[in-house]
Amino acid sequence: MFTRSTVAVATLLLMGAAPLAQAADKPTDPQIAHIAYTAGVIDVEAAKLAIEKSRNKEVVDFANDMVRDHEAVNVQALDLVKKLKVTPEDNATSQALSKAAADERVKLAKLDGAAFDKAYVDNEVAYHKQVNGALETVLIPSAENAELKSLLETGLKIFQGHQQHAEHVAGMLK
Amino acid sequence: MRTALPVPKRCLWIALALTIVAAPVQAETIEVTIDKLVFSPASIEAKVGDTIEWVNKDAFAHTATVKGGWEVMIPPKASASLTLKTAEAVDYFCRFHPNMKGRLVVWP
Ligand SMILES: [Cu+2]
Repeated sequence: MFTRSTVAVATLLLMGAAPLAQAADKPTDPQIAHIAYTAGVIDVEAAKLAIEKSRNKEVVDFANDMVRDHEAVNVQALDLVKKLKVTPEDNATSQALSKAAADERVKLAKLDGAAFDKAYVDNEVAYHKQVNGALETVLIPSAENAELKSLLETGLKIFQGHQQHAEHVAGMLK
Repeated sequence: MRTALPVPKRCLWIALALTIVAAPVQAETIEVTIDKLVFSPASIEAKVGDTIEWVNKDAFAHTATVKGGWEVMIPPKASASLTLKTAEAVDYFCRFHPNMKGRLVVWP
């Protein structure tokens, strides 16, 4: 079950704003793998919606880049968990991410044309910023396994790149 | 036991002379590796006629893009190259990941 306070705690964790909660609820490697994978799946799903709905070439190109990169990261993540014999474990942060993404999808599904493009790209900027914060402050420092840490670090560079790319596309939509 | 083989001095001089003569004529291929979203070396110098070869070790596609100029697409786990035709000093970046940056100076 999902309570309001779980979301609040998970959100705080994600934003890196709760150092005490972090120390107490430091995610384990199986949880980190689950969070990172979920974060990628969410962005792929949002991108697929954009490819379907948008008529703007810049937006569609950007969405295609997101699908390609996040699927590639997730293939690497799955290969790694298989190699390490780790089973990704569902957790409050993954659930909070999925819940927020589902809400966002409902919002985006109602929009069309320029309004959709702007909402999608603005959300991409915000989402990548949020995930980057979580990677930098919680996930990377908490990862025990060196290979997992290294994959997360590459993931952070990819996500930072996407954030800049999204900001660039957002600038073009204005 | 190691015995030093005496190399005639004349041979060395010939080899050296050949290198010096051959260098300016031959166009070079300069390799830039991409690993974990980093161009290395990040900054390179070349001459017109040289070829830059980007070797992408990542599972992600990248580009080498000059704003308002050329662009080279570099597929995942593959290489792509560009033969330099003009003398210029340019900053380039990856269009997909603009946090990836490189610099290229091409001498005439
Ligand atoms: Cu790139």
